[in-house]
Amino acid sequence: MDNKHNIRHSFEPDEHELPQKPAYPSGLDRRKFLKLFGGGLAVAFVLPDMFLFAGETLPPGSSVLPTNQVGAWIHIGEDGTVSVYTGKVEVGQNIRTSLSQIVAEELHVPITSIKMVMGDTDLVPYDAGTFGSRSTPQMGGQLRRAAATARLALIEMAAKTWNVDPKSLKVDEGIVVNTTTNNKIKFGELTKGQQLLLPISNEAPVTAAADWKVAGKTVPKVNGRSFLTGKHEYVSDMKVPGMLYGKILRAPSYGAKLIEADVSKAKAFPGVVVVHEGDFVGVAAPDIRTAGKALHAIKAKWDETTGQPSNSTIFDYLVKNGSGVGGGRNSGDPKGNIEEGLKTADHTHTKTYNISYIAHVPLEPRAALAQWAGGKLTVWTGTQRPFGVQQDLSEIFKLPKEKVRVIMPDTGSGYGGKHTGEAAIEAARLSQEAKKPVKVVWTREEEFTWAYFRPGGLIEVNSGVKNDGTITAWKFLNYNSGGAAINTQYKILNHHIAHIPSNTPLKQGSYRGLAATANVFARESHITDLARLVKMDQLDFRLKNADDARLTAVLETAAKAFGWKTSAKATGHGYGIACGLDKGGYVATCAEVVVNAHKEVKVIRVTQAFECGAIVNPLHLESQIMGSMVQGLGGALFEAINFAGGKILNSSLSAYRVPRFSDMPKMQIITIDRKDLPSAGAGEAAIIGIAPAIRNAILDASGVGLSTLPMLPNGVIS
Amino acid sequence: MVLIVNGVKHEVSLEPDVELLSVLRNELNLTGSKYGCGEGACGACTVLINGTPSRACITTIGSVVGKEITTIEGLEKNGSLHPVQEAFLQSDPFQCSYCASGMIMSAVALLNNNPAPTDDAIVTAMNGNICRCGTYINIVNAIKLASNHK
Repeated sequence: MDNKHNIRHSFEPDEHELPQKPAYPSGLDRRKFLKLFGGGLAVAFVLPDMFLFAGETLPPGSSVLPTNQVGAWIHIGEDGTVSVYTGKVEVGQNIRTSLSQIVAEELHVPITSIKMVMGDTDLVPYDAGTFGSRSTPQMGGQLRRAAATARLALIEMAAKTWNVDPKSLKVDEGIVVNTTTNNKIKFGELTKGQQLLLPISNEAPVTAAADWKVAGKTVPKVNGRSFLTGKHEYVSDMKVPGMLYGKILRAPSYGAKLIEADVSKAKAFPGVVVVHEGDFVGVAAPDIRTAGKALHAIKAKWDETTGQPSNSTIFDYLVKNGSGVGGGRNSGDPKGNIEEGLKTADHTHTKTYNISYIAHVPLEPRAALAQWAGGKLTVWTGTQRPFGVQQDLSEIFKLPKEKVRVIMPDTGSGYGGKHTGEAAIEAARLSQEAKKPVKVVWTREEEFTWAYFRPGGLIEVNSGVKNDGTITAWKFLNYNSGGAAINTQYKILNHHIAHIPSNTPLKQGSYRGLAATANVFARESHITDLARLVKMDQLDFRLKNADDARLTAVLETAAKAFGWKTSAKATGHGYGIACGLDKGGYVATCAEVVVNAHKEVKVIRVTQAFECGAIVNPLHLESQIMGSMVQGLGGALFEAINFAGGKILNSSLSAYRVPRFSDMPKMQIITIDRKDLPSAGAGEAAIIGIAPAIRNAILDASGVGLSTLPMLPNGVIS
Repeated sequence: MVLIVNGVKHEVSLEPDVELLSVLRNELNLTGSKYGCGEGACGACTVLINGTPSRACITTIGSVVGKEITTIEGLEKNGSLHPVQEAFLQSDPFQCSYCASGMIMSAVALLNNNPAPTDDAIVTAMNGNICRCGTYINIVNAIKLASNHK
């Protein structure tokens, strides 16, 4: 549904919804590729079936590339440095480390010889963005094959050099060794003086996860030291000679139109540049204080939009403004007949779940540094979509894309909240006017107000169950929050599941797990209610109806570790369980809470089992799971955006509560390493279990089935 | 006025009500201390003032004249990490790491006062520092590794 408040790019990208074609015309990537490398061996990732698709065949060593299919490339320099070029970016998920591990594993080189070049639109192939838990399964898979192809090529080069059978050679630590003669030659020596391009061979054997020596192991963050000494430069830390500091005039409320702005006093400050163009008013000054003073000196009149909904009326509003059943994505095909299913049920259950808008709160707010030189615009900015921001800048400033370079240094987190490039556009506009580099760093209030939110939503569930635990009917309608993980993982005789887009009054977009947090909360809350209706244990009810062996495995693992059936429950305490799958990750969460006489709730402990195929880095996986659980805890218990009249009412960290050290329950994380399965991403699915597990534990302890996220904004069951 | 930062005296000619964080980051190029909230609510800007952990974003420069200000950049001595940094490097607790310098400064202050803190003491001392990536338990473990509880 078209809506000015929905972020233009899809906030729920499914595989089929991702841009298939790079924004570059074919050939540009190739030029970029060729320009980068002098001597050495370069391996570009091109799938053989893509060749067939393009009607081309490509012998090894050919210099022709069907460049629109290039996803990543690896270069092995004469000094042995392995440079890996990828459009993926580092926002804290530690993908820089895990991709390095994957390349080191397949190429048989020390991890220290790998240099990851990430998210620089001048240097790396097109990439749609870092989201959807795709970096590990897709980019990881591509780089695995690219590195394996390079290793094979190097072995063949050495075999030719020595005139021996390649089978007699092996590779170790970046050196090809002749196992019979013990002759050795370094990668860098082999590639010397040659410029070779190779397509990726799908035939190149990759190492099975069970045999991994570098991947699959805990390797520390590759550039970890620079963060612990304060030396790493986030965009907000950057400074270049002559740089000005930019500030933007913000509207008093959403939808406000600028009637007039008197910028004369702002302009009078020495060194200050002012841009006033339509509703955009910004200043740039030689120091941050003068920028603030100049902004403050602007007298503006605004025409504000009245009648905007508030968080107290939002759920009715979203239903009233729904686009009708069937408009959304991710909804499965209906099955059977709901009415029939309800008729054959022994019990029916209808419940509505409310999901509040919440904020990502990346600790580093949006920041950008823009610089124009020789007709080319370069912007450093923290974004999950460098090529998307490049596209935006190219359109806004009417520049061909090769005249826009976006660079993304490792950034102070995103959680799906940095798909856009607002600060980049603002800095670029001010810099264009000032003819000097300009840095714009958003304040926390700006980040809360002018970024975008995880969508709020309302979910209606109408279901039926037989006394033996068979689910006969499942009608599940999600208004506005989205379709991620909306389909049930249970065996259900009749179902109708739909996401109904609505007219969101707040800007909304992607978030960790997208709508999976909402849909799994509603589904897993409802499932526990059904179990109680038929007097079955919550775990047994799930195991009876689960339709996926991997789901059953995480449920059983979590329950066992938690002591679901074996540990004694104290008075006032309750146990809850929830499970789900999303983006290739399987999760089951058990929670224990205590509810006292004043209805105050404390989460005592949480046990979570998680499985996402073969584990690439156990410690970093655990951090992803822990982080997801903690972020999920905030949305479960107390995070909510308060708004009215087009204004955000809690736009500060003292007013919007996020989890802190003191909010931590006892946490137990169990990972299941399925070396027989491909690695899936892990940054999202692990967030979905905690809210319903806690909700179900509160129900178990108190008999109250909460149905609104957040559940306990004041810490008390109301 | 003169600010003593990491043992070095800096002459600063600014109004006394300017926030220390802005001066550290923009004038002295000490960008290890981060902006996160501007109201002392997240701890990303934590520095030590005469050894006491303080939020640089709500500290005026006028209030710290003549005092010893230590930032993350002042912990490393002659290329050697501070023991707390070393413990954090070893245990690798962070994700995006934007909170790292504030966390480390708060932890240094805690361990200076209490070399063997209990879990509760760690939570109390660190509760003003937000890690939005949420790896709090890793951070507690890193602090324990740096403490005398080995």
